[in-house]
Amino acid sequence: MSVRANYANYRGPVRDRVENFHGNQLVYVMWERHLLFCAPLTFLADPAMTFDAFLAEVLTPALAPHPESEALDFAEAQWRLDGEAFTPRGDASLADNGIGHKSQLRLITPRLSDLADAAI
Amino acid sequence: MNAKTSKRLNMKERYRIMTRDLGWEPSYQRYEDIFPQEGFEGIKITDWDQWEDPFRLTMDNYWKFQAEKERKLYAIFDAVSQNNGQMKISDPRYLNAVKLFITAVTPLEYNAYKGYARVGRQFGGVGARIACQMQSIDELRHTQTQIHAMSHYNKYFGGMHDFPHMFDRVWYLSVPKSFFEDASTAGPFEFLTAISFSFEYVLTNLLFLPFMSGAAYNGDMNTVTFGFSAQSDEARHMTLGLEIIKFILEQHEDNVPIVQQWLDKWLWRGYRLLSIVGMMMDYMLPNKVMSWAEAWTMYYEEAGGALFKELERYGIRPPKYADQTVIGKDHVSHQAWFIFYQYGHATAFNTWVPTAQEMDWLSEKYPDTFDRLYRPRFELLAEKAARGERFYNDALPQLCQVCQIPLAITEPDDDTLLSHRDTVHDGERYHFCSDGCRDIFHHEPEKYVQAWLPVHQILQGNCGGADMEKVIGDYYRIEMGEDNLDFEGSAEQRRWAAWKQAV
Amino acid sequence: MSRVFIALQDNENARFIVEAIGEDNPEAEVKHSPAMIRVEADDRLVIRRETVEEKLGRDWDTQELQVDMISIGGNVDEDDDSFTLYWNS
Repeated sequence: MSVRANYANYRGPVRDRVENFHGNQLVYVMWERHLLFCAPLTFLADPAMTFDAFLAEVLTPALAPHPESEALDFAEAQWRLDGEAFTPRGDASLADNGIGHKSQLRLITPRLSDLADAAI
Repeated sequence: MNAKTSKRLNMKERYRIMTRDLGWEPSYQRYEDIFPQEGFEGIKITDWDQWEDPFRLTMDNYWKFQAEKERKLYAIFDAVSQNNGQMKISDPRYLNAVKLFITAVTPLEYNAYKGYARVGRQFGGVGARIACQMQSIDELRHTQTQIHAMSHYNKYFGGMHDFPHMFDRVWYLSVPKSFFEDASTAGPFEFLTAISFSFEYVLTNLLFLPFMSGAAYNGDMNTVTFGFSAQSDEARHMTLGLEIIKFILEQHEDNVPIVQQWLDKWLWRGYRLLSIVGMMMDYMLPNKVMSWAEAWTMYYEEAGGALFKELERYGIRPPKYADQTVIGKDHVSHQAWFIFYQYGHATAFNTWVPTAQEMDWLSEKYPDTFDRLYRPRFELLAEKAARGERFYNDALPQLCQVCQIPLAITEPDDDTLLSHRDTVHDGERYHFCSDGCRDIFHHEPEKYVQAWLPVHQILQGNCGGADMEKVIGDYYRIEMGEDNLDFEGSAEQRRWAAWKQAV
Repeated sequence: MSRVFIALQDNENARFIVEAIGEDNPEAEVKHSPAMIRVEADDRLVIRRETVEEKLGRDWDTQELQVDMISIGGNVDEDDDSFTLYWNS
């Protein structure tokens, strides 16, 4: 479908195109069924950064307030990328892993504590 | 006040003379040049004379009744300020609901004033033009009376000092702002369907009635009074909303699918917007009147049910995804408060974990969800706070491209999984909170690709840089430690205790 | 069958209007909540000028209702003698 506008060929500016992020891109991460974080998180990241560096430098500090963060072992986790099953290569860049601008990663962990009963 | 003895014409004749007879047929300009926006949405009007204002209100009586309302209202404002009305509220936490109201709702009234002034100009029918003119003036009155009502509280409490500035910038206020700008940038018939019908008729009772009764229950005379005074105009607006829908549907059968799609869109958008009201009712009113779930049942399911039954004869069905709102009524207020609690460093009001007594009330009102899902979260947060680790989320949330709310609402059929949808349009990926918001994007992608999403704007560096303290303090003008953070230990709490001691 | 309703501010005028509604619509149900009175009925509710004038003890214009009314549910039909709420369905 297309907008019904008062003049022909109406187009608005694409406000969040990657060029507006000064060499970085956006990556969203949802830690599934861990609702202490009310929503998936938005990160600014260099697409040349390795996946391991993203986990260590970007994601780990953000998840630190969660009581399960100490028990969290990324080696045991499963991932989904933009709705598809995904096996990341830790030493490859985000771009080479296929993680594009505004991609959403889902982190799925095994049961880590009783907090799982209320999906906290 | 006695119009009966002095009038010579009856109400119907007076209405005809004071509305229809003020219009004229253009002779030397083309109709479509005078009303250039009337046709592009595809709505076909064959006879504007079929438009009826059931109140048959004419401008002379309009001024008379509005003046009466204003006299009553301002007498009460004076009484409140002369009698230290700010000290009569139930609990200083209550005032946070008022702070949210003036920053989120009052600017919408002002946008409604502009919106009706604009669309009234665009209609060929004189009855519709006059109804829009009156509503436009009403909305300006609401803006002014709300500012006057709250200016008294602004002398004593934080968070209200810069509401128009905040409305244009603060992350959560982009939700009401973008809602209304979506309507204002639509054509005139969609604007009326969105605001007069879906918002005013179907949903406004959920904003004003429970909230105003709540204000009465919490000793806030000013808010009750402006609320009910505004609502007396709303009753007229609601009737206009129902009449416009019936009028458009009766004019041409081709109008039915267009209107149906607008009803689907605007019920969903309004429902998402009202999550904030749900949160005010369930969490921000210390003395509670009814729960959000009860209000949704009474004002949407029952009153809305009667309404959509009435519209069946025109080929209109209840809005798409209405069933999801019924599932969501047991969740959204908790999920919304939870967003504000963890981003409480970036709010122009205080947040808190509900007291034990308040949690018991929530358990009773939400037997299927509160103890299972939400009480354990609040208990964990209370424990963290007691250890001096009050939880503030320093990472930014992912927002919905359409409603701009963080993706904090769970799937309708799985209440432990956050609801998320996405789509790729012109090579760019977009994310949504729900099927409802994704459908809205798909209908008009050219409109929503340009959404000003606060989180993305911060990360593009457009809100004063990368330092969140600067974004909150300098760009939003939320004063750290004065306007924001937990109620426990807040400036408001300290001041209130000092005033109570002085009395 | 659907419910129509009118909500009025709980004030001195409303007390008499509600009394008049009760007399003209014996099946109507009156519900009180803080600062507000809500009157509901099945399908139809009529407010008659004559009855309200009798209760108030003064002349009353049906459009005066606008000063005290907070909300309504139903189609409206108003003239000099009455104010009616109704559903067709």
